[in-house]
Amino acid sequence: MYLKHALRAATALTFVATAAAHAQTITIATVNNGDMIRMQGYTDNFTEATGIEVEWVTLEENVLRQRVTTDITTKGGQFDIMTIGMYETPIWGANGWLVPLDGLSDEYDVGDILPAMSGGLSHEGTLYAAPFYGESSMIMYRTDLMEKAGMEMPDAPTWEFIREAAAAMTDRDADINGICLRGKAGWGEGGAFITAMSNSFGARWFDEDWKPQFDQPEWADTLNFYVGMMNESGPAGYATNGFNENLSLFQQGKCGMWIDATVAASFVTNPTDSTVADSVGFALAPDTGLGKRSNWLWAWALAIPAGTEQADSAKQFIEWATSKDYIDLVAENEGWANVPPGARTSLYENPNYQEVPFAKMTLESILSADPNNPTVKPVPYVGIQFAAIPEFAGIATQVSQEFSAVYAGQQTVEEALAKAQAFTAEEMEAAGY
Amino acid sequence: MATQHSRSVARLMMAPAVVLLLGWMLVPLTMTLYFSFKKYLPLRGGDLGWVGFDNYVRFVSSSSFWPAVQATLVIVGGVLAITVVLGILLAMLLDQPMWGQGVVRILVIAPFFVMPTVSALVWKNMFMDPINGLLAHLWRFFGAEPVSWLSEASMTSIVMIVSWQWLPFATLILLTAIQSLDSEQLEAAEMDGAPPLKRFYHIILPHLGRAITIVILIQTIFLLSIFAEIFVTTGGAFGTRTLTYLIFQRVLEGQNVGLGSAGGVYAIILANIVAIFLMRIVGKNLDA
Amino acid sequence: MSRTVTTQRKSFNTAIAWVIGLLIFFPILWTILTSFKTEAQAIASPPLFLNFDWTLENYAVVQERSDYMRFLWNSVILAGGSTILGVIIAVPAAWAMAFVPSKRTKDILLWMLSTKMLPAVGVLYPIYLLFIRLGLLDSRAGLVVVLMLINLPIIVWMLYTYFREIPGEILEAARMDGATLKEEILYVLTPMAIPGIASTVLLNFILAWNEAFWTLNLTAVNAAPLTAFIASYSSPEGLFFAKLSAASTMAIAPILILGWFSQKQLVRGLTFGAVK
Repeated sequence: MYLKHALRAATALTFVATAAAHAQTITIATVNNGDMIRMQGYTDNFTEATGIEVEWVTLEENVLRQRVTTDITTKGGQFDIMTIGMYETPIWGANGWLVPLDGLSDEYDVGDILPAMSGGLSHEGTLYAAPFYGESSMIMYRTDLMEKAGMEMPDAPTWEFIREAAAAMTDRDADINGICLRGKAGWGEGGAFITAMSNSFGARWFDEDWKPQFDQPEWADTLNFYVGMMNESGPAGYATNGFNENLSLFQQGKCGMWIDATVAASFVTNPTDSTVADSVGFALAPDTGLGKRSNWLWAWALAIPAGTEQADSAKQFIEWATSKDYIDLVAENEGWANVPPGARTSLYENPNYQEVPFAKMTLESILSADPNNPTVKPVPYVGIQFAAIPEFAGIATQVSQEFSAVYAGQQTVEEALAKAQAFTAEEMEAAGY
Repeated sequence: MATQHSRSVARLMMAPAVVLLLGWMLVPLTMTLYFSFKKYLPLRGGDLGWVGFDNYVRFVSSSSFWPAVQATLVIVGGVLAITVVLGILLAMLLDQPMWGQGVVRILVIAPFFVMPTVSALVWKNMFMDPINGLLAHLWRFFGAEPVSWLSEASMTSIVMIVSWQWLPFATLILLTAIQSLDSEQLEAAEMDGAPPLKRFYHIILPHLGRAITIVILIQTIFLLSIFAEIFVTTGGAFGTRTLTYLIFQRVLEGQNVGLGSAGGVYAIILANIVAIFLMRIVGKNLDA
Repeated sequence: MSRTVTTQRKSFNTAIAWVIGLLIFFPILWTILTSFKTEAQAIASPPLFLNFDWTLENYAVVQERSDYMRFLWNSVILAGGSTILGVIIAVPAAWAMAFVPSKRTKDILLWMLSTKMLPAVGVLYPIYLLFIRLGLLDSRAGLVVVLMLINLPIIVWMLYTYFREIPGEILEAARMDGATLKEEILYVLTPMAIPGIASTVLLNFILAWNEAFWTLNLTAVNAAPLTAFIASYSSPEGLFFAKLSAASTMAIAPILILGWFSQKQLVRGLTFGAVK
């Protein structure tokens, strides 16, 4: 026994020594979401296997965006891997700022990545970022409250049904709101939700000539419906509710329905955090019969900025973090419900994963989202809850601030839309469209 | 008194500080001016050539400009008013004899040690959250509907948070000033039967004039550029977009460096207008 | 100070002052309390004040997730380095302004303050590009210089006001005795100005410690101070009040303790020449 221990220690020591000899360190900027934090915990496995040390810069989403964008546009070279989304990837890729992820190993099996994900993370057919996890949005609802209201949730409901059900489930005295939705300003928060929702109402951001469309009736319909429904059945102060606020409301049993990211499913069904874990059902995001549903598509992905001297090590890390093996590693240690979802086809073919209650609806939601063809009427842009042009983030943040002011009762829908139209037109003109 | 020799020595001794600050001012200023006349879009290939005053015109004619100036002034003015008034009252209170004066003083100045980011996060999440915030609990306890502070009373909330951070600073400076007040003079007035309010107006307030000016000057400098508090709490929504924040949105969110730089130049101009205005007053007061 | 007051009045003052003091301190106290709760207890309704099971679990989680000591060390170096450097540069300047004043002295002083009005966001790109060119990104040296420059005007001003209160005759007497300028500053002026210098150092240490724009945007790994540490705890997923509180407590504790021990100094010295 002793010998065995000593031997193991010795090997470990030599290993450390060799690793230190060609010590290589990569720096990764990432967002502080649960799945990423978990990945940091497993970094040692990677370092042991490859000898590459990893430094993490973990930041809150808004700070991260600000930080990595400054660095990539100025070619600051502070990071070897950046965690970015479906919005940034095609734009940065087109600018030649990212290292193309080609020549990945066979066992990595790049073809296994869900086509919707690899499509959204590519520019002209070249993959620029590997999805760590992917998501769409769907309805999460309380089966017990639905039953109490005497209604039954179809797999693919309409907005009319949702509004009716929300009103029926609302019980102000018991502190139960029929529906919780994002209203918080910011293009990635309430802006993402209302844009995805507007798609199902036949609205679009721009027409084929890049003319803003906020003066069209579809947008007014969307906002009026949203505000009307939220006033009837939404929680107080929903104008500042984002993903996290709604999550904690739902977990505390204060929401009948919640339409949001599919990754939330694992949180609301987790009995240690959620008081309603055993009575949650799932359904596709609603539509209005026009042919588009109101679910979005997003991925948090790992990309390598061009110009890093450690591109090979970085690629090695990305292969490790987004591999099938990593999924197995997490599943083995923390259970299948906690693996990073939405990135790989094989995960959804895995019988173990199919037992997870939200797996099927997550996959269906992802599959029903088509970023290349997001709206009822044709549009010149790619992206469902965003338009993949550099100007979008700035414009959409301000537009969503105007919308949030409507939710807070500070202006009317017409006023907000008029401002949004004027502002967007101004910005697009400045950008040279 | 000063000889020619000591003058040149003095100049030499000031040189490092002056040269460094001159550099710190001129280098970024020159670069900002340079960018402000360019169409510079980092996400569209960077430098797209000279555009004259386009950025300046665009920045001012944007519908967000005047509201931003207004928001800036409201925040600066609001915080100044609150911290000066409460600061005087607190300083007078702390000057009174009491038990545990030292501890109370620490309690009062503690917020000054807290990072702006932390204080914004704490206020936003643990106090102003309309569902789990402590204020919401308090409101419910008294049977009132909880306020969603950051949307319905966004400006008030931000002024409140920033005031909480700066009140200790104002109190400290005013306290030292009050402590230097000749207590015999006060006692004499008290003996003469002057009512407290009169004593305050005729003795205390004039004595504090200089300290108040200093508080206003220093705080204005810091308040004009507050950023973290807005970034963390409202993200510029609900009418809290200050000039600094508008520039941030143009440069980083909108990725338009030229436009943002023009905004930066305006912000410098505004800051200087405020500064000249302030320094007129301060300058007079500093001579005394 | 030694006015005679009735015990009654003193009790009244004490009560009012304590209530107000605790009210002002309460957000910090609440943060510290929350850091010892579990996430569920942190949002319990009605809120729990002291009657919860105290736990150190949040601190363990935070420590495991990020290397607190490294951030702390960077904060100490950045705040300390920039303050010391600032004082070294400011002392001669303040001496010159205080003892050899010219007509332009006050203009220079006010101009120095006005450099603080440049909005940081507006010059992020220029400075970032400059830092890349100079290879200073994510270096402590670069940030020490930036923080020093940001606070230099305040340091100069504070020192200037302290020096001005020192009677010029003392310095002249020293000069008569044959002291050189260097000796005069080192052995006569500085000892007399120690309280003033101490509170200047304190205030600027605090300001540098709390600076959250440049320290966040110009660092990645090597130079990242506690402001960057905090930026990873405003979690977008799930319950996070308790962990945020623990991280916040860790970020502000050192400076709070420093302030606690030095508050007398700070109270006495923080005048900016307001007392005259």
